[in-house]
Amino acid sequence: MTENYFFEKFLEQFEESDLSQITIDSEFRSIEEWSSMMALVIIAMVDEEFGITITGDDIRKSVTIRDVYNVVAARKTAV
Amino acid sequence: MEAFISFISTYFPEKSLNNEDLSLLFPEWSAEKIEAKTGVFNRHESADDEFSTDMAVKVGEKLFAEYDVSPSQIDFVLLCTQSPDYFLPTSACIIQDKLGIPNRAGAFDFNLGCSGFVYGLAIAKGFITAGIANNVLLITSETYTKFIHESDRGNRTIFGDGAAATIISSKKGFAKIGDFVLGTDGNGAENLIVKRGGIRYQKTNDILLKNENHLHMNGPEIFNFTSKMVPIMIDELMQKVDLKSDEIRMFILHQANEFMLNHIRKKIDIPISRFYNNLRDCGNTVSSTIPIALKDVMKGEDIKRNDKLLLAGFGVGYSWASTIITIQ
Repeated sequence: MTENYFFEKFLEQFEESDLSQITIDSEFRSIEEWSSMMALVIIAMVDEEFGITITGDDIRKSVTIRDVYNVVAARKTAV
Repeated sequence: MEAFISFISTYFPEKSLNNEDLSLLFPEWSAEKIEAKTGVFNRHESADDEFSTDMAVKVGEKLFAEYDVSPSQIDFVLLCTQSPDYFLPTSACIIQDKLGIPNRAGAFDFNLGCSGFVYGLAIAKGFITAGIANNVLLITSETYTKFIHESDRGNRTIFGDGAAATIISSKKGFAKIGDFVLGTDGNGAENLIVKRGGIRYQKTNDILLKNENHLHMNGPEIFNFTSKMVPIMIDELMQKVDLKSDEIRMFILHQANEFMLNHIRKKIDIPISRFYNNLRDCGNTVSSTIPIALKDVMKGEDIKRNDKLLLAGFGVGYSWASTIITIQ
């Protein structure tokens, strides 16, 4: 899993937002479409794509997309 | 001794709430977006003066009329609900009386949510095969909408009220009930809970959205539990009955919401054509989703003798249950 691939997958989950200004260091809550439902969508994507379980708490503690990537990367190494 | 599912009837309260109504209440979500995310277009809400026991009686009466069954044939009443009218007496006793079921019938309630119908089948099969009962009336009846805060967009979108009545019989029926895999993990109790209003915590006058008087669901935790546990449960069941997944004509899972169902379907690798979904018209009715879906499958799908259907419920508790039924 590369940082870039994760970032691409993360952005793919958004259907309605203008993502042109978003980088991996952007705060994902600033994306207009972000909602509690999107948290579930991201959790599902991580499970499906990387076989890793992240929790609502992991998302809550994260600010940027990179923060979420770091959680997934750490767990992936641990497995 | 064997046990069979003979008849199923369903009941929905008159009042309904569709996505257009919801998008007026919550303008930030369009009707199309609600349906795309949850798979639900319409859900029913019990009237202010309509309670689980009322719905249970209505669905029982409906079953007797629909299939010309006499209440005198029933010798056990099981009610699955988490929204009983009273602490005591047992709602199933009230139902026995109101439905004109003989005094010699046994009756009790059991408190389970989304796993409740399959647990009910397990209890009924146990009573029948032990020679304790011959015709069990299993009613699932739930009014979750009364637990949900009116500003709780997420839960109001998913849940709807409804009831189902099922007769499980020793003699005949359209489906034979097979083996079960059941399970429990009370460690997840806090993640789907109505905390106040029981004995331990009295209800408060708090009216804000985040209070403990109302239904609380930790979506991500429930999602992760389901995503992990349901594939394990189904795998265990398939091993127990020595079947492969392509030998199952239809997977009928608890209709939680479309997003979750799709995720599970992909994980266990089942094509859409064999994975039932009927969330659109009534949403998540908790313990009634499986009998509602099963009735729809028998009516609308091309189901043949000896077809095997897998039923699986999972949720609040955490609690889960699955079985395989064989069409007669």
